[in-house]
Amino acid sequence: MLTPATVLAASFAYLLLLFVVAAWADRRAQAGRSVIGNAWVYALSMAVYCTAWTYFGSVGRAASGGVWFLPIYLGPMLAMLLAWMVLRKMIRIARTYRITSIADFVASRYGKSPLLAGLVTLITVVGIVPYIALQLKAIASGYAVLTTPVGQPLPAGGATWTDGTLAVALSLAGFTMVFGTRHLDGTERHEGMVAAIAFESVVKLLAFLAVGAFVTWGLFGGPGDLFARALAVPELADLLRLSQQGKPFAYEQWFALTVLSMLSVIFLPRQFQVMVVENVDERHLRRAAWAFPAYLLAINLFVLPIALGGLLYFPRGSVNADTFVLSLPLAAGQPALALVAFIGGLSAATGMVIVEAIAVSTMVCNDLVMPLLLRLRHMNRQRDLTRLLLAIRRAAIVAILLLGYLYYHLAGEAYALVSIGLISFAAVAQFAPALLGGMYWKGGTREGALAGLLAGFALWTYTLMLPSIAKSGWWHTDFIEQGPFGLALLRPEQLLGLAGLDNLTHSLFWSLLANVGLYVGVSLLRRPSAAETSQALLFVDVFDRTATARPVFWRGRARVDDLLALAARFLGKARAQRLFEEHARERGAASAAHIEPDARLVHFVETQLAGAIGSASARVMVASVVEEEALALDDVLRILDEASQLRRYSQALEQATADLRAANERLESLDRLKDDFMSSVTHELRTPLTSIRALAELMVDDPDMPAEQRQQFLGIVVAETERLSRLVNQVLDMAKIESGHAEWHNTDVDLVALLRQAAQTVHELLRERGAELVLDLPAQAPLLRADPDRLTQVVLNLLSNAAKFVPPGRGRIELRLRAAPGALTVEVQDNGPGVPAAQRALIFEKFRQGGDAANRPQGTGLGLPISRQIVEHFGGRMELRPDTGQGACFAFTLPCPSTTDPAPSGAAAGQPGDNR
Amino acid sequence: MRTWVRADARLDEAMHRSAGLLTQRLVALFAAALLLFNFPLLALWDREALVLGLPLFPAALFGLWALLIAALAWLMERHGD
Repeated sequence: MLTPATVLAASFAYLLLLFVVAAWADRRAQAGRSVIGNAWVYALSMAVYCTAWTYFGSVGRAASGGVWFLPIYLGPMLAMLLAWMVLRKMIRIARTYRITSIADFVASRYGKSPLLAGLVTLITVVGIVPYIALQLKAIASGYAVLTTPVGQPLPAGGATWTDGTLAVALSLAGFTMVFGTRHLDGTERHEGMVAAIAFESVVKLLAFLAVGAFVTWGLFGGPGDLFARALAVPELADLLRLSQQGKPFAYEQWFALTVLSMLSVIFLPRQFQVMVVENVDERHLRRAAWAFPAYLLAINLFVLPIALGGLLYFPRGSVNADTFVLSLPLAAGQPALALVAFIGGLSAATGMVIVEAIAVSTMVCNDLVMPLLLRLRHMNRQRDLTRLLLAIRRAAIVAILLLGYLYYHLAGEAYALVSIGLISFAAVAQFAPALLGGMYWKGGTREGALAGLLAGFALWTYTLMLPSIAKSGWWHTDFIEQGPFGLALLRPEQLLGLAGLDNLTHSLFWSLLANVGLYVGVSLLRRPSAAETSQALLFVDVFDRTATARPVFWRGRARVDDLLALAARFLGKARAQRLFEEHARERGAASAAHIEPDARLVHFVETQLAGAIGSASARVMVASVVEEEALALDDVLRILDEASQLRRYSQALEQATADLRAANERLESLDRLKDDFMSSVTHELRTPLTSIRALAELMVDDPDMPAEQRQQFLGIVVAETERLSRLVNQVLDMAKIESGHAEWHNTDVDLVALLRQAAQTVHELLRERGAELVLDLPAQAPLLRADPDRLTQVVLNLLSNAAKFVPPGRGRIELRLRAAPGALTVEVQDNGPGVPAAQRALIFEKFRQGGDAANRPQGTGLGLPISRQIVEHFGGRMELRPDTGQGACFAFTLPCPSTTDPAPSGAAAGQPGDNR
Repeated sequence: MRTWVRADARLDEAMHRSAGLLTQRLVALFAAALLLFNFPLLALWDREALVLGLPLFPAALFGLWALLIAALAWLMERHGD
């Protein structure tokens, strides 16, 4: 055993550590370096799902029912499989409309109904208070186990540590007030709190794993040994099977538990708080969706070993299985480990209590207290309500924790941990029809939601809550056994004679049946009103509308000053002013005073207020300062039409603008190309013309010119005219090819023969330049369908280009043909200077010759562009191979029918074509 | 703010396009999980057998669970940007 002082000191040291973690995270957030802005922390904060009930109760459940502890965690697994659709939609809706609690979510969806918000809050409080009591009870009984000498019976009830439990409850209230309600925030985000919760999740997981490892490997010889010994005992072997004690497996209960926990993991106030309200970025859901179930799996891994270990270790029935996590290390003489285990349980309990208190206090403040307060006359004269809002929330936190403490104190040891938890689960599951239905079905009405919730809650109370209270000994159990007034048909656990189900499944069936039935049935009685329709459209189609095209369902007159004053009352003057300035900037107005007081501004203010006081109260407050016209259903549909039309127009406009811009750019570039082309052509024409004219003038001016010189000049004139006509021919050629008017005489071409012919043609030219041509051709190649003259033109162009650039006297040009299946590639490699990097991209453009302007070789600058056009005409492509530092290598590839086997390319390679 | 809205809209659009397949896969996985963890498929594992020294039934439950998590992780992280 441990002394009370040790346990107390450790507990309060741990709580202090929580304060430190939360304060540190808050400080980081203020410095702009948030610690909670990542998916892992988000997933860990989701693990607030694992409460003291998981920590202690799972083992207890496993000790009595084997795998029956699992459905509570398989449900969340199922829910997380759909999280990307369902949860993400909830997050988007909540973010867009500043919804900060589950009550507000439901109320906002059905026309911002204060009545609905109040009802949801009421159900939550009734359902959750026992759950909070359960956490306090877990702490108290854990304390009792630790401080009672081993072997002695535990003191009856939680009475031993009543004051300690109260102190824990109050310090948790303190924590929650400090980190949950330090200031009013329109989004209700609490960085410090979330960081602390994530930290608690790590603590409880590690503590539980430590105990599990100790039991498995410390007390037993590993899992094999543990299970082998358990299997040797018939009762324990029974726990490892589907059905126990020969009873058939209760599949319906298994299914009910799975579905129940699947709903609870989304609709429990604390889960909604951490998953939806505190979500920083909805993309975090991607990782959290699997990391959270993985956490659940990890924390459940040792539940069976601990349960079986405890059953094997202790004499049957001597120790409550709910406390195995603590009593096993204690009995084995490991008080330090027991203390660690207790801290783990404490972290599980405190995490739940803190988040639940924040979530419920927001609801109580916004959806129960504020609507009532705002009805009071004198409240409307009060200027600044921010302090009042905070005070209400703090009071609500204290009240909730005290209620929990009171419940624990009164209900005491009456009921096992698991039952209380499941009763709470069943209460919050009643939100599912109205909430999920509201997210996907536009026909739900306020009355439908109210009727469903009321019926579900009433049946839950009658079939589950009242019997559990009666069984706690506060009431006669007669009405359970015989029915109220002796009416057997109304027996709460066998309503209308429905027998054969356990009480949870029974209650869940009836309450959800009535809930869904009335929600749908009553909704179908009338058309949704204008307010309901507008909210339905905003919720169901939240992904279809972006901020720019979201319709605003409001019509009337407002003044900026009135709205600003209203916002200042609830948000504080400075913050309201800042928000208005931001909004003004967003809309392009000069300042807050210049904002046009239209529907968008009214909507903006209402949304901001909703974050602080709930959508229902926000609606009432905004309506009180503006003159608004009631919208009919037709108006709503018209506004929607206009909005979607506007969106279509703007989309079409955007598309048209983009198209126009692209077309314009293309035209401009074509125009530029044409200009370039014209100036290049004239330039190229002028050069030979100038020299012809100069020479002709010389000859005219000097009739006595020696015949020899005249002969030389005339030779130049002839050469220049030849160049001129070549240029004109090429320009015409180019134009023909480009416009598609060129004539092509296609035949089957043997490329090998064609290349040999071309090599023969340039023989003389190369010899003059002192260059050698090496042919590297296969013996044969598949026939091509092409115009042989055009192809020859291409090859000659490449060869003569190469000849121009090779160094005089030691030039070497290689002409290669490579055959691959379906393609033939011709390469012309020279040993010249290569193409400078800057010109590689330009070389195939018209009139862009290689070489700098000073020593530009003779040529028209059209050869390569024409060659490329020709190659592309035959479906091939021409390219300049990447520079390898050994001169330029041009290549073109032509497609050929691959029916004939390509000849192996190296077979006849290296045949010297032209050795000088 | 404006650019943020634009980026948001584009993100939505991109998500919308790739969402179709992801959504269908997730729903299919959900259906598979629901079937695996309920009658009658659950009963298939209820045998007197050991895997690696562990009783088959609980081991199978945890194994299926881990497989589902792995499949979910694969789907979610693969489609991610």
